[in-house]
Amino acid sequence: MNRHLISAADLSRDDALLILDTAEELAQLAERPIRKLPTLRGRTVVNLFYEDSTRTRISFEAAAKRLSADVINFSAKGSSVAKGESLKDTALTLEAMGADAVVIRHQASGAPHRLARWVRGSVVNAGDGTHEHPTQALLDAFTMRRRLGRVDGLRVAIVGDVLHSRVARSNVLLLRTLGADVTLVAPPTLLPVAVSAWPCEVSYDLSAVLPKTDVVMMLRVQAERMNAAFFPTAREYSRRYGLDAARMALLPDHAIVMHPGPMNRGVEIAAEVADSARSTIVEQVANGVSVRMAVLYLLLGGADLGDAGTGAGQAAAPLADAGRTDAGREGAGWLSNEAAEVAQ
Amino acid sequence: MTPSRVSSSLATSGQTWLIKGVQPAGGPATDLILAGGRITETGQGLTAAGAEVLDGTGLIALPGLVDLHTHLREPGREDAETVLTGTQAAALGGYTAVHAMANTDPVADTAGVVEQIWRLGWQAGLCDVRPVGAVTAGLEGSRLAELGAMADSAAQVRIFSDDGHCVSDAMLMRRALEYVKAFGGVIAQHAQEPRLTDGAQLNEGEMSGLLGLAGWPAVAEEAIIARDCLLAAHVGSALHICHVSTAGSVEIIRWAKSKGWRVTAEVTPHHLLLTDDLAASYDPVYKVNPPLRTRVDVDALRAGLADGTIDCVATDHAPHAIEDKETEWQVAAFGMTGLETALRVVHAAMVDTGLLDWAGVADRMSARPAAIGQLDGSVTSTGAPSTGAASTRANNSRANSSRANSSRANSSRANSNGAPSPFALLHGRPLEPGSPANLVLYDPAARSVIDPAQHASRSRNTPFAGMELPGQVIATFLRGEPTVLDGKLAR
Repeated sequence: MNRHLISAADLSRDDALLILDTAEELAQLAERPIRKLPTLRGRTVVNLFYEDSTRTRISFEAAAKRLSADVINFSAKGSSVAKGESLKDTALTLEAMGADAVVIRHQASGAPHRLARWVRGSVVNAGDGTHEHPTQALLDAFTMRRRLGRVDGLRVAIVGDVLHSRVARSNVLLLRTLGADVTLVAPPTLLPVAVSAWPCEVSYDLSAVLPKTDVVMMLRVQAERMNAAFFPTAREYSRRYGLDAARMALLPDHAIVMHPGPMNRGVEIAAEVADSARSTIVEQVANGVSVRMAVLYLLLGGADLGDAGTGAGQAAAPLADAGRTDAGREGAGWLSNEAAEVAQ
Repeated sequence: MTPSRVSSSLATSGQTWLIKGVQPAGGPATDLILAGGRITETGQGLTAAGAEVLDGTGLIALPGLVDLHTHLREPGREDAETVLTGTQAAALGGYTAVHAMANTDPVADTAGVVEQIWRLGWQAGLCDVRPVGAVTAGLEGSRLAELGAMADSAAQVRIFSDDGHCVSDAMLMRRALEYVKAFGGVIAQHAQEPRLTDGAQLNEGEMSGLLGLAGWPAVAEEAIIARDCLLAAHVGSALHICHVSTAGSVEIIRWAKSKGWRVTAEVTPHHLLLTDDLAASYDPVYKVNPPLRTRVDVDALRAGLADGTIDCVATDHAPHAIEDKETEWQVAAFGMTGLETALRVVHAAMVDTGLLDWAGVADRMSARPAAIGQLDGSVTSTGAPSTGAASTRANNSRANSSRANSSRANSSRANSNGAPSPFALLHGRPLEPGSPANLVLYDPAARSVIDPAQHASRSRNTPFAGMELPGQVIATFLRGEPTVLDGKLAR
């Protein structure tokens, strides 16, 4: 694997499968009484968030802490762009503090690419502007595999604001790598003009696509988009591109409904769909932690899970150590720490 | 290190120069004698007593290059460039005249500011600086600046532009085109429909979609060009299109010219060589307005420059401080430096590809831009309402008297700063006896890697850094005095 995870395009099929397989092993951990591994003890992971995204930050934070890494949350919101410290100076600061990995969420597309030029540690893209969100795509693929047993050959419809969606970009790239057939469904205004060059199909008609779909992924659409005339009203958008119970009935019986969150209930997805048995939305959140653990583990540990560890703090210790070391003692307090931080 | 081609280092003002065996515009080798600010003699085996001798063997001589589109940043952003450093860069690139865009701080929208910039250029003495006046007050696009006052000032502004901003209001554009007819002005339009480019970052196409950067559609440029060609035709005025960047724009300009309308256009060196896939690195050194386009556009721009649809190459030299480029892409400043690399890029994009010979380069980088900027003596200020036969005769006689006044020492039209009128300073003339001795000597056989640290510009934002390009400017002469010798500033 590369040193960084910036784009889903950085992942070969083998890389992606390694992450998913590793995440599967790590997910077993969540079922144990003590959910902490010592593998990244002594390593520092910085969550550098220029945008509010509590769910993504907490997911990365939980992932890093379950691997015993030291986590620094650096909320740079408001100190970005025009005022305050430049991204470069922030990067040099993190570098001086010895960050082994920087997880960055930023409103500017390409910010992780820039960051990677200025830090020695690994850069993990936690969502950059309207570009990519590769760990979201990984957790989506992970969720599909858990629910449907495979990704290869699945027919996946990604529905909504593709133009502004980092989730859609990463999913199209990763699902293609993993052998799925992707169809983008959106009003023409919310598709890139050159979308025909993407490795996927395109449709403007959701109802026509649903019967031939194993996975339907609904993207969040911002009501403000109508101000720039991307669509006339939220109601019209909902009628044409929203997933309600009647449209959901067009899906094959085995098909699942996904959403990266946060949802606009009643706009792109109806409440009865979001809460239905087909919905994987809550699973996606849980799976996000496992996948992000796998990414941090593989980027920072560098060793296969089956390999013998060479000592804590240098390389990843084998998973077999789980719950047998002093991680247990630390782990005991972990849940309450996490809960306390979330409460803040 | 380039061996010195100069027989003595005692180059002083008023010195006579004998340039041996140089190829004017790539033609047969000849000697040139420069004296009293002019080319006095050409031919084989010339001698001149007391002259400095420069061995021009293997060198191409071109008339001093003229840039219609330069950002010198002074006044206001002297940390990025000054008139002095910008004209140093220009001289090193082979330029003897540059047009300084109006988007300074304060904006060049009054007679006072344009005179200040003109004077700074004159004092630097490296390259004639012709200020471009703003079309609208403060570049705000709401009311006309005092165009007549700038035209009548010591700077004698003839080109007006809100460059950096489009004069997007059709009524205002029409009025500007009409109004400048009174003094023979030209409106240089930055063609960018603002509503179609709100927040735009990169050419709208495959790359912008992939990179998640807000798209900048070609139609945003083409729609304005089409509109303005029609407006220029309607009011019978002169329109110049800045930095044409799309294949569609070339088509529209070709059509407008076929109608006989007074439309001229420029293309930048970077749009002749670079494409939008460079943005994949998100390095803002490739962020520019208009954006880098596709290979199809590059090919159309080259063809348009070759067939004359696009009149000239203009650098859009846009220096920026490091901190304005070492950022995230979408907060970085737009623009690239270009003066020191323009001729070499044109060499690579147009000459090495067989699209243009050196005479063509002389035309597109000196004669035509000088004509558009009215520096070639073919047009002087007009108040005449038509361009019929009578006024053409008048223009010719004015041009002749202007030529007679053209030497710096003999000017009878000096303004209050001791500087001559810009119209007494001719550029873009062929390299023949009687022409002002504005020329560049260029070694086409040289090749080197572009190193921004070696540039005289105060800024380092060249997209050609690390790229190997052909050619080297060996010497630049401004009215017979060297500004560059042996590839280095001579003063």
